Amino acid sequence: MVRKVLCFYREGFREMTLGRTLWVVIAVKLVVMFGILKLFFFPDFLGTRFDNDADRAEYVLEQISSPNLNSNPNEERDLND
Amino acid sequence: MIENLDLSMVDWARAQFALTALYHWIFVPLTLGLTWLLAFYHSLYYRTGNEEWKRLTKFWMKLFAINFAIGVATGIILEFEFGTNWSNYSWMVGDIFGAPLAIEGLFAFFLEATFFAVMFFGWNRVSKKFHLVSTWMVAIGSNLSAVWILVANAWMQHPVGQEFNPESARFEMQSFSEVVFSPVAISKFTHTTSSSMLLASFFVISVSSWFLLRGRHKLMARRSILVAAVFALFSSVFVAFTGDEAAYEVAQNQPMKLAACEGLYVGENGTELVAVGMLNPGKEVGDDQDPFLFKLAVPGMLSLLANHSADSFVPGMQDLLDGNPQENVVGVTERMKKGKVALGALADFKEARKQDDKPAADAALVIFDQNMEHMGYGHLTDPKDAIPPLALTFYSFHLMVMLGGLFPLVAVVFLFLAWKDMLSRFRLVLFGGVIMYFLSMIAHWLGWIVAEVGRQPWAIQDLLPVTVARTNLTAGTVQTTFFMFLALFTILLIAEIRIMLKQISIGPEEG
Repeated sequence: MVRKVLCFYREGFREMTLGRTLWVVIAVKLVVMFGILKLFFFPDFLGTRFDNDADRAEYVLEQISSPNLNSNPNEERDLND
Repeated sequence: MIENLDLSMVDWARAQFALTALYHWIFVPLTLGLTWLLAFYHSLYYRTGNEEWKRLTKFWMKLFAINFAIGVATGIILEFEFGTNWSNYSWMVGDIFGAPLAIEGLFAFFLEATFFAVMFFGWNRVSKKFHLVSTWMVAIGSNLSAVWILVANAWMQHPVGQEFNPESARFEMQSFSEVVFSPVAISKFTHTTSSSMLLASFFVISVSSWFLLRGRHKLMARRSILVAAVFALFSSVFVAFTGDEAAYEVAQNQPMKLAACEGLYVGENGTELVAVGMLNPGKEVGDDQDPFLFKLAVPGMLSLLANHSADSFVPGMQDLLDGNPQENVVGVTERMKKGKVALGALADFKEARKQDDKPAADAALVIFDQNMEHMGYGHLTDPKDAIPPLALTFYSFHLMVMLGGLFPLVAVVFLFLAWKDMLSRFRLVLFGGVIMYFLSMIAHWLGWIVAEVGRQPWAIQDLLPVTVARTNLTAGTVQTTFFMFLALFTILLIAEIRIMLKQISIGPEEG
């Protein structure tokens, strides 16, 4: 049964024509998205700045309980600070 | 457009999210809708054994595969943006969205690994029955996997089944069923999936019209149009019904959005519906100028749509800002006061907890709980901040509705002409058919603009404005990734168009 299923997939992929181009597009896209964008440009802000959930909760609570904090541009920080 | 943007971080983050979502949405509705047509075409082949239906099914399956491959995973970028640009929001809703999005991920993975493969590779390799079942499973599964992301979006528009926990600064799910079966979620799902079916039907009509204009693959094009026109007709009627339900939900839960959609400044009983109109750009809330330079309106219709009663009261922006005690409307001004009390109590709770003063923390929580539903308003600095961008919301809504009115008429024309085998004689109709896909895509985008721009300033309705949902980053950081995404998505779109056009030009396999 397992061999039949594997054979089904192998033959399916082998006989693809347009599908190969599409797999290349998918592969390049995933590499760009996860290997470049996510890695270098989209860090998890709270995940990288704080060690534990208690600190993250404390930080967010501070942010949402201060009415004017978020309207002050001087509070903005660079991602790499 | 770009030069008019406010160069603050939050606007760049919003622009980036809008860009990503709109590009993502080029691929999604076609994937969702085309699966139903594939299943139907495949069923016709299964029933008749006619090889022409097989060729036809394989051709549309190929175009489906291109769209799916280019579009797959483009939505993940939205999740990247949550963690980086919208970290406060992301933290606060993690408990609500975690389960639905995990289900979506698992569901999509198993669906794609099994039934997608059988659908594409199964010709002459599995039994005809199992092959057909797999095609139907792809249609059902793809559309069901869209439930979860739409549930998440609906929750932001109408946050039910949750409780805010000040200890963890998170919204915690109290009732999974309330979240999943929220009326807003149901109307969002039915409206989105039916409009996706409509878009896919017009995609088939567009490509088939092009074949007929070129005098190629006439039998396949006519058969494709016959089925697609029936789908387009039924789905366009269903879209109108689900749109009506969506408008009712907006009226009940987001009255400011409805007022912006209709340019309604002062509410009244038996409110008219503006069918066509041009807003007066000089009009401000509270002045006595006419809101419209011209309009065509239907008396009582907005009241009927909003409350299912033609003489009921529909609040306008003025009522929603100042309040209208006679109609039980609590104004934004009042809610801002209560919101500031809620935020003050939250700050007191935080301080008391730091001092380990439990009685003070408990007392602060009591005050917070009494005012929690107004929490988001505490962040507003001017009541008018609660009004979404008016012109964009109004014109997007009206253009979407106009297109929605055109679609069933076009479907009827194509159905009649295809049935009578007269399509090739009406070249102007065929030219119109070619652009129908693009018009339906525009209608989809306009729908999302109404849904998302119309709910500003809220990331979570009434509880969290976008200015607080964001991360404290510099605008420059977001600008860089904005243009990177613009480049990436444009390349993907060009790839899609080139591969798609090449395959359309090749046409179906010769029998």
